[in-house]
Formats: sequence, structure tokens, C-alpha cells
Amino acid sequence: MRYAMAVDTKKCVGCSDCVVACQTENNVPIGYCRDWVVEVMDGTYPQLEIELRSERCNHCGNAPCVRCCPTGASHIVEGGIVLVTPNKCIGCGACIASCPYDARFPHPKGYVDKCTFCIHRVKQGMKPACVAVCPTKCMYFGDLDDPNSDVSVILKKRKSKTLIPEAGTQPQLYFLI
Amino acid sequence: MNEELIISGRENLMVDPQLHIWHWPIPLYLFLGGLAAGVLFFAALYYLLGKEEQYRTAVRRVPFIAPVALVIGLAALFYDLNHKAFFWQLYTTIRIQSPMSWGAWTLLVITTVSVIWCALHIREFFPDWDWKYGWLKDIEAFFNKHKKPLAWVMLIFAIITGVYTGILLSAFNARPLWNTSVLGPLFLASGLSAGAASIVLASKNREERLLFTRIDLIILGTELFLIVHMFMGFLASTQVQIEAAGLFLGGEYTMIFWIFVVVLGIIIPAVLDLMELRGKHIPALIPGVLVLLGSFMFRFIFVFAGQVSRWLY
Repeated sequence: MRYAMAVDTKKCVGCSDCVVACQTENNVPIGYCRDWVVEVMDGTYPQLEIELRSERCNHCGNAPCVRCCPTGASHIVEGGIVLVTPNKCIGCGACIASCPYDARFPHPKGYVDKCTFCIHRVKQGMKPACVAVCPTKCMYFGDLDDPNSDVSVILKKRKSKTLIPEAGTQPQLYFLI
Repeated sequence: MNEELIISGRENLMVDPQLHIWHWPIPLYLFLGGLAAGVLFFAALYYLLGKEEQYRTAVRRVPFIAPVALVIGLAALFYDLNHKAFFWQLYTTIRIQSPMSWGAWTLLVITTVSVIWCALHIREFFPDWDWKYGWLKDIEAFFNKHKKPLAWVMLIFAIITGVYTGILLSAFNARPLWNTSVLGPLFLASGLSAGAASIVLASKNREERLLFTRIDLIILGTELFLIVHMFMGFLASTQVQIEAAGLFLGGEYTMIFWIFVVVLGIIIPAVLDLMELRGKHIPALIPGVLVLLGSFMFRFIFVFAGQVSRWLY
């Protein structure tokens, strides 16, 4: 099993509903967030190109945060989801420094927090909160090992990219381009 | 034109635009750890070479810096943790891939060994010292009998501690400035030069001072070579590392790095060391303090600048 997410950069309008849905669903402390929206503008006026990306933890296949964690608090569970066990985390910040996507942050309670792919919802057969709430339905989630999952189907159909794969992280967050 | 905007979220406090997660306690600890490693390395080395009497200060007196430095460094590390109540989780596991994990264990060993080493030489400072309890005397007798293996352990763990302070940073590929394997030997060299400088500062024996001035000069030369080597590596590497090196080659850390670390911390003390060895009398205080200051600034600048460097996407 290999969970992954695909975000359609052509359909995303940058409304940030995914951000708010995540904050609500996961009780993210005020001022923090586990996902965010990036707008990249390329070109010279009037030939401008905009790319909108809803970004979060890439649940990397080769996760530097898991590698550098001194206590094993950062770990990978079935399906390749990277999680943090709060009671094992000492809050040293090594994983935060090690993430090229800056996807982690220190929770005010001391431990490090991040996107969980809404594992609690996924286990019950639901989609992650950000995916479920998207008004343009630009996000796809599922198991890459299952050829019929939403994410497998769309990745077969469309061209996609990942963010800085050259960092050697094997990111599992795909952007349809 | 390429412009990137974060239009929502990522308003993580103290997080954006770069993740500056490590503040002053980390470089302070890296400096004190390196200093302790340098001091203990020379103590063990000259004891094992059978020169304990000849270089008394290095073998018996200066090592007293180490436990103090290590305890202050450990306190700084503890202060820096965000989830302090769970610090003991470090000692429930050994994770080979995490430099911080085996570094924590190394610190446990080196701190203990340095305390034992100092206990064996406590009569240097308090000639009438009495351990009072029989079992403490037994421990002292035990380690006095096995001082050679103890010195070997100290020598090896001093090297590991010195290298580890650099590897800790170089393991992070997300911060391109840190992501160079030169950092391990460079931090070791910086720690050893701080150790040698402390011995020169503390010693009253001219022969010993000259020996460690010579050692200091060699290490400073090595450090300079490693720094040049590091920049050559960066500039021949990918765009992210070229930009990381740019922080020191025209970027915001240029002045502070070249003035405090290279000129004041390496070149001037090296020239003064050379003059001393050529027979000119230089007050030991000047090169000694400069080397310590340079070593200290090096850790600070590197930890802070590293967190500014990032991947581009």
C-alpha cells in the first residue's frame, strides 16, 4: 500500500478551503497550519503563467525527517504515511531543519506537528479533510498500488510533477500540470 | 520573472520565510562540545605518548575545562528542546541514521569519562584532597590502575565528539550550506585548535607552550585549507549549493564570516603563532583568545546561515 495525493494545478483556484478544513478537522492551533497554498507567477507581462499549488507534507518515500529523528518519534506507518508520536518527540527540531519542504512546525505544546494525510479519516474509508472539502475537486487521494484508486487513475491520465525530487526524498505529493 | 507567493497558510510562527528553528543554544553547545573534544584529545594523546610529566598542563590541568564546558553545553541543549519532559526518550533507543541519536550517547560517554579523568587529577588543584568514602577511593584506585584504556576511550570519543558536531549539521540535505561532508573534519579541526589554544593560554611551561603553538599553527593551516576546499566544493556543485556559498561570497554573511572567522580567528593567530615560533615574544593571550573567538563565531555563523540556505522550487 502506498498512499499518495495529486493536486490539479489547472483546477485549483487558490481559495484556501483545504487549509481551513485541515485546521478545523485536526484542531491545528491558531496561527499554524499543516497545509498551505502557493501561487507561482512565471513570465513577463502580458505573457504570464500562474500555477497554484496546495502543498503539505510529501510523505516522502525516503524521508529525511524520519532518518534524522533521534528518538524514533518520526516514523512511517503502513501506506507510507509519515507520522510523529507526541510522547516520543523531544522537540529538538532536527526534523524541521531536515525537511526541504518546510512542512513541519513546533506545536505550542512542544512536540513537532505536521500533515497526517488525515490517517484517522482514511482508516474509516473517508478522504482527507482537504480533499473532501475542495470546491473545485482538484485533489485526488488514494493508494498507488491500487490501479483503480482516484490518484492512480488521474496520474495515468495526466502529466504530473513532484517538488524537488532531486533532493532525494521520493515525494508522494503529485502536481498535475 | 519568477515570483512565488504564499497566498494562504504557512503563517507558522517563526517559520517562514525560512525555518529558523535553532537559536543560540545550539551553536553555543557546538562550540563547547568542540572545545571539550579538543582539550580531552590532547590530554589523552600526550598521556598515551608517555609525556604526562613533560606536558602536565595539557594532561592534568586543562582537561578540567571539559566537564564544565560539556555540562553547560548539555544545559543549553536541554534548554533548546521544545518538549523537555520527554528528553529521556533520547536514551531509550540508538538510531544509527540519526547523528543526533548517537551524538547523545557519545555525549553521555565523553562527559562521564571527562569527569573520571578530572577526578583522577584533582590533586593537581587540591593537593590534600580526600574522597572521604571508601567506595569513591575504590573507584579512583580502579581507574588509576586502568588509566591507559580510559585514555584510549577518551581519545576515541573525543574525536567522535569533535566530528559529530559537524556531522550533525551535514546530515541535513534540506539546508544546502550544511550539506557538505567537509563539515565533519572542519568542526573537528576547529575544536582541536580551540583545545590547543586553551592549553597555550593555561600553560606556564615554555616548552609546552611552544609545542602547542606549533600544533595550533598546523591545525589553523588545515582549517584554512578545509574552508577553501569547502567553497570549491560548493561552487562546483548544484545551484542550491552555489547559492548557499553565495551567503559568504557577497551575501549577507560575507563580512562577519571573513572578518571574524577567517581573518581574526585563523590568519592573524596563525601569523602570531609563526612569529612566536620564530623567536619573537608574543603575549600568549592574543592568539589564544582570537582562536577561541574564531571557533565560537564559526559555529554561530554556520548554524544561522545554514538555516537561511534552502532548496529552490
